Amino acid sequence: MSLTVDDVKKIAHLARLNLAEEESTLYTTQLSSILHFVEQMNQADTTQTEPLANPLDLNQRLRPDRVTEHNQRAAFQAIAPQVEAGLYLVPQVIEGE
Amino acid sequence: MLNKSIAALGHDLHTKKISSTELTQFFLSRIKQFDGELNSFITVTEEQALQAAKAADAQLAQGKAGALTGIPIAQKDIFCTQGVKTSCGSKMLDNFISPYDATVIKRFNAAGMVMLGKTNMDEFAMGSSNENSYYGPVKNPWNVAYVPGGSSGGSAAAVAAYLTPAATGTDTGGSIRQPAALCGISGIKPTYGRVSRYGMIAFASSLDQGGLFAKTAEDLALLLNTMAGFDENDSTSAAEPVPDYTASLNDSLQGLRIGIPKEFFSPALDKDIGSAIEAALKEYEKLGATLHEIHLPTTALSIPAYYVIAPAECSSNLARFDGVRYGHRCKDPNDLEDLYKRSRSEGFGKEVTRRIMIGTYALSTGYYDAYYLKAQKIRRLVRQDFEAAFKEVDVIVGPTTPTPAFKLGEKISDPLSMYLSDIYTIAVNLAGLPGMSIPAGFTQGLPIGMQLIGHSFSEARLLNVAHRYQKATDWHIKTPEGF
Repeated sequence: MSLTVDDVKKIAHLARLNLAEEESTLYTTQLSSILHFVEQMNQADTTQTEPLANPLDLNQRLRPDRVTEHNQRAAFQAIAPQVEAGLYLVPQVIEGE
Repeated sequence: MLNKSIAALGHDLHTKKISSTELTQFFLSRIKQFDGELNSFITVTEEQALQAAKAADAQLAQGKAGALTGIPIAQKDIFCTQGVKTSCGSKMLDNFISPYDATVIKRFNAAGMVMLGKTNMDEFAMGSSNENSYYGPVKNPWNVAYVPGGSSGGSAAAVAAYLTPAATGTDTGGSIRQPAALCGISGIKPTYGRVSRYGMIAFASSLDQGGLFAKTAEDLALLLNTMAGFDENDSTSAAEPVPDYTASLNDSLQGLRIGIPKEFFSPALDKDIGSAIEAALKEYEKLGATLHEIHLPTTALSIPAYYVIAPAECSSNLARFDGVRYGHRCKDPNDLEDLYKRSRSEGFGKEVTRRIMIGTYALSTGYYDAYYLKAQKIRRLVRQDFEAAFKEVDVIVGPTTPTPAFKLGEKISDPLSMYLSDIYTIAVNLAGLPGMSIPAGFTQGLPIGMQLIGHSFSEARLLNVAHRYQKATDWHIKTPEGF
């Protein structure tokens, strides 16, 4: 699978990444060669094979629904880039009056 | 004191030949002396280390000390350490002071171990040379023009140069075994689920596994006794009981069936490495083992499958870095999308960016079946190969890497050639099996690693097989000149 520069820009947008123009070109070449490489997978016949998501084939363990965590908001927000009155601040998303 | 094992250091501490404070000062001064050149640490926690050593000395004086009390250890900078910067080798987390300890850190602290600092690594554990670190590459102590391997390159180099007697690592596709091989030390990646992932910054959650570096298999056994075990905070933690890994170290290898995978001895394998592994296999025959050729036919497809599964899981895990709650945030964002995009692009390096994009693509509408689902099916074939092999043999032995350490800068501009250096290690992660690398010789002054692979939860057997080899040979006690 060969990607175009537009494909790479779309992927970057989906992944919320900003690419400079020359980076988009470089990544187009590199990602295309990686995708070409992983397509070797098609050599294997897997029509009768079930996918394996977890090496131990485990199911997610469940636990009783009880409170196990206490509130550590102050500790967690101490490392946040911008907080105010216990809230995380981001650029305005809803236009005001 | 130079190059003493943890077992020997523990004996010196318990017989009061040395205090933990003296031992800690010894390693801190070695870090000061040598790490300017090696760059194996991102953070040295001198003050906390001396405090922990003092507490350990009090425990030793009261006769309350355990086997690891007062022994220094370095922690890979992927494990969250409360109050200490936890960068994961990334600009994204350069300002991140963890508000909590990883379970692994808690366990070693509770055992009275003294943390010397946090070791350098490829950014978010993505890389095989330690050149992807925001903090600069680590040098291989055997030849500083060469890479130490990765992603746990700082831990491996630090143990090889004896800046610490032990260090933790993580292994998603070979990140413990490959640097252990390239740095001439012993390393173990336990079975998936054996060691808690809680507080270990996630890269590819179905593959990531914490483990260890030390000089000897005996030391790894001592450390794994503390590190391994069930953790309710990790949803894929294994409930299997933890044996005393030191108890069976000396068991006889009489009748041990060793499997030799034909696929690991292709023309791509360096000739000297091939000869060293053959010599080691002869040594095992002398110890009573029998050799059996086996086949792992899906080995060649393990790298393609891995480079779909690992990036897919990485793109999902690293979505959490948004510039809002912690980590890097861009200056003066115009709007929310600009905040996300610039914070992420400024915070992530090239390899991480590549893998996020590969993963995003593989999981996107229309491509999921062709890439992600196909890779998970290959993953089952890989595991079936091993299951079939372990019906015939007890352990699998082969090279850890196809070549010895390569030069700094040699592969950094060609991601694919870097990926291929993990050809013998990746299948083990896909199958979730335990694996080790131990020193087995040298080629042109660079170490050779031998890989041991076992069935799930057979760490005790692997450590036993490694220990008996180390009792019969002396590769593991060789040290790099000048350190």
